[in-house]
Amino acid sequence: MIRSELIQKIADENPHLYQRDVERIVNTIFEEITGAMSRGDRVELRGFGAFSVKQRDARVGRNPRTGETVHVEEKHVPFFKTGKLLRDRLNGND
Amino acid sequence: MADKTLTRMDLSEAVFREVGLSRNESAQLVESVLEHMSNALVDGEQVKISSFGTFSVRSKSARVGRNPKTGEEVPINPRRVLTFRPSHLMKDRVASGNKS
Repeated sequence: MIRSELIQKIADENPHLYQRDVERIVNTIFEEITGAMSRGDRVELRGFGAFSVKQRDARVGRNPRTGETVHVEEKHVPFFKTGKLLRDRLNGND
Repeated sequence: MADKTLTRMDLSEAVFREVGLSRNESAQLVESVLEHMSNALVDGEQVKISSFGTFSVRSKSARVGRNPKTGEEVPINPRRVLTFRPSHLMKDRVASGNKS
């Protein structure tokens, strides 16, 4: 399923809403999650999962082609942990 | 870093502000977005949200695990796990937003 199919499903269920509003609704949800993480916040959606930011420490890396050592700076990466309910549903225990 | 935790309530509040539906309807829409995504994943589909990321379901085969405390061997049944791969755009925004 891609973004436009998700939008279409929501639009089909809500015939009273304009398609462009459904698009804005769906886009707002994803934008809000990305925005929160870029401020370092967590987003916890019980039953679905939680988005958080993990810190990766600075390290000395190596260019695999040349073998040259390079300094890799500390960085922050997005992380998702599946919620219990969804994890159970994926394994047929609902 | 701010380290606040947002919930469904914050997402529906954002929808409410952005589109101007009632708070109740905004909350229901957030719920149905999550429900449709979950259902697709449970059906084994991949969910690909451009400029956000991709959720995919992977099947893990059975293996013998070990209780790290007691050393006891325990069978781990085959199972399905969900992985999320953030888009480049998300990675860049999260990296630049959290730069110290």
